[in-house]
Amino acid sequence: MESDNLRGAAGGRPGGTAAAMPADRLSMRTKRLLWVWGFLAIPVLFYTVIRFYPTFQAFYLSMTNWDLVRPAKFVGFANYVKLFKDPQFWKVFRNTFTYLIIGTPLSLLIAFTVAFFLDRVRFMHNFIRALYFLPYLTTAAAMAWVWRWFYQPPPIGVINDVLALIGIPQQPFIRSTDQALFSIMVTAIWAGLGFQVIIFMAGLRAIPTTFYEAARIDGLGEWAILRKITLPLLKPTTVFLVVFSSIAFLRIFDQVYNMTTNDPGGPLGSTKPLVLMIYQTAFGSYAMGYAAAQTVVLFTILLIVSLLQLWILREKK
Amino acid sequence: MRKSVLLAGLVAGFSTFAFNAAQAVEIEYWQYVFDTRVKAMDQLIADFQTKNPDITVKQVTFPYADYQTRVIAANMAGNGPDVMQLFYGWLDKFVAGGILQPLPTDAFPHEKIEKDFFPIVSAMKRDDNYYGLPTAVRSLAVFYNKKLFTEAGLDPNKPPQTLDEFVAAAEKIAKHDAAGNVTVAGSTLDMTGQDHQWWREVLIRQFGGEPYTDNDTKVAYNSEAGVQALKFYTSLQTEKKVGAVGFMDEGQAAFRAGKAGMTIDGTFRLGAFSTIKDFEWGVTELPANKDGLRSNYASYFANGIGAKTTGEELEASKKFLTYLTSPEAMAIWLKVVGELPALRSAALTDANLKDPIYGPFLKGLDYAHTTMFKDELGQRQNAIDMVNRVLLEGQSPEDSLKQAAEAEQEMIDAAKP
Repeated sequence: MESDNLRGAAGGRPGGTAAAMPADRLSMRTKRLLWVWGFLAIPVLFYTVIRFYPTFQAFYLSMTNWDLVRPAKFVGFANYVKLFKDPQFWKVFRNTFTYLIIGTPLSLLIAFTVAFFLDRVRFMHNFIRALYFLPYLTTAAAMAWVWRWFYQPPPIGVINDVLALIGIPQQPFIRSTDQALFSIMVTAIWAGLGFQVIIFMAGLRAIPTTFYEAARIDGLGEWAILRKITLPLLKPTTVFLVVFSSIAFLRIFDQVYNMTTNDPGGPLGSTKPLVLMIYQTAFGSYAMGYAAAQTVVLFTILLIVSLLQLWILREKK
Repeated sequence: MRKSVLLAGLVAGFSTFAFNAAQAVEIEYWQYVFDTRVKAMDQLIADFQTKNPDITVKQVTFPYADYQTRVIAANMAGNGPDVMQLFYGWLDKFVAGGILQPLPTDAFPHEKIEKDFFPIVSAMKRDDNYYGLPTAVRSLAVFYNKKLFTEAGLDPNKPPQTLDEFVAAAEKIAKHDAAGNVTVAGSTLDMTGQDHQWWREVLIRQFGGEPYTDNDTKVAYNSEAGVQALKFYTSLQTEKKVGAVGFMDEGQAAFRAGKAGMTIDGTFRLGAFSTIKDFEWGVTELPANKDGLRSNYASYFANGIGAKTTGEELEASKKFLTYLTSPEAMAIWLKVVGELPALRSAALTDANLKDPIYGPFLKGLDYAHTTMFKDELGQRQNAIDMVNRVLLEGQSPEDSLKQAAEAEQEMIDAAKP
């Protein structure tokens, strides 16, 4: 049926008799492949031009001293040498990995817990689920500003007001070099939570109930069911979320930038992630070559982390 | 028959259209998006076009964050603006990139520029060429809340004139809760606002030093004066407790909310503060030191002509730039944007000097300095970090200053072409 349609469409092209002659000699399979690739060519071309070409261009740029106004000069690995000697880079590197190493497991743990229990709640289930999902729909910039005001010192910060009410000393939050990064991380976790909960719940629903019934008949406890059935069967979902949220944390920008606009990545660079450093190098100092080198480093980190996670969490056969 | 008449009419219509198009020169003017600036420019263009019916000016705007990139990219593509606005601090980069052409001396003779404009226009001069001229300039002053002054028993018509009076007034206004948190600031402390300029060009000089030497290419503030200036600034929070960095998020927000007695800010803040309804505020010059020495930081956006503009577009651009730097254009800009005229004759009128709001800013222009930033964002960040190291990490002002001076020197050296 499908192939009939395809042949009909191909043969029905106006003035296509001459061209259709050799095409008629092609097998059905080849013809179908031609069609598929014909359509795929558009996105492939699109991606080549706007994704792959700039990516390779960035590798080249990272070896130049291009500053946007003067012609680029090839400088070899000078940008990389400069980068690895820069204490600011190592600080930013540490910040980025703090976001990743604490942010990802913490957000997944919370998301799984919420999904696990929400899955059993029948009362206003959809409404509660919507509430969890709502932050994910909100613009990161707007959200960051609301949180920025929450974190303010007295007399206007809501969180500090609450702390004062219950007799806990006031905290500087985003005005402190120790607390600022975690204060921002909390908002990022909160913002991404809804998405992770939804995905986890879809994963939970996909596990056949017969498995649970069989386990209960065999007399397995809740904890054992969780460990032996739920978690192993949830693995594809978990792998997806680990990779997805790791990339998100490695690329964190909106929250940090909007919560610290006047002193971006501050105080004293304590919240600055790699992406913000790239942005500042490129569009603040206009050191495009140096920024490209940082981009290549970020690309490499993303690649290694993602491959590593896929390898660790791979299906063991 | 009717058809041919119609055809003839059409042809005639097209040819007059084409004729007009050939007559009117269109030039492009670029600036960044800022509501009042765009509105003022619309007015200026309309006025200019009625005076020069053979020239059309098309205004093109971009968000501030993209502006420089757009100008540079358009220049590379060969379709940049004919006349453009640029911050004085971008000049080195724009000249190096071949984006601007020197102002033609027939329309803008040097003697006239140097005689008529405030001396800070020298920041637009490189190798005996001027590359742009401002319509308006901005300087700093102290905004003060008259209501809080009265409540603290201070005379709202006698704002502080010296640093000692400034501190004394701030101490009287400041209020704290039981835990020691500031609830009303005597004066705002916000290095991310204008305080870094105050420290750099005003306080260092008032404590007997100099921020830079050799055309602002050698950092000179790592001195006793620099330390004293930094200590004065940080002690406002640590010892005198008249304010706290981050109080109400931003200095200008605290002042707007009526929670700060004084704040140091620029002419560009007048628009935002003009909508304050809850209290009356006044403006006074930045405080002098014990010897009566005053200083100020002035900055401006200038208008320059694109390097690739030639022929009749160049003639039209010259006319437009002449109009933009005329007293009448400056009067419109002052009214709409609130920025001060860049021509002495247009700025220092009796009416302006007596104006309780423009007066203090204008007086400041006479003794103002303009920092020749090499990496504006980097140098600003460096000053912010210097104060944060003292306030957040407890580093001594001496060490923090030394570190800042070294880092800034490195930045300036790296920016050399």
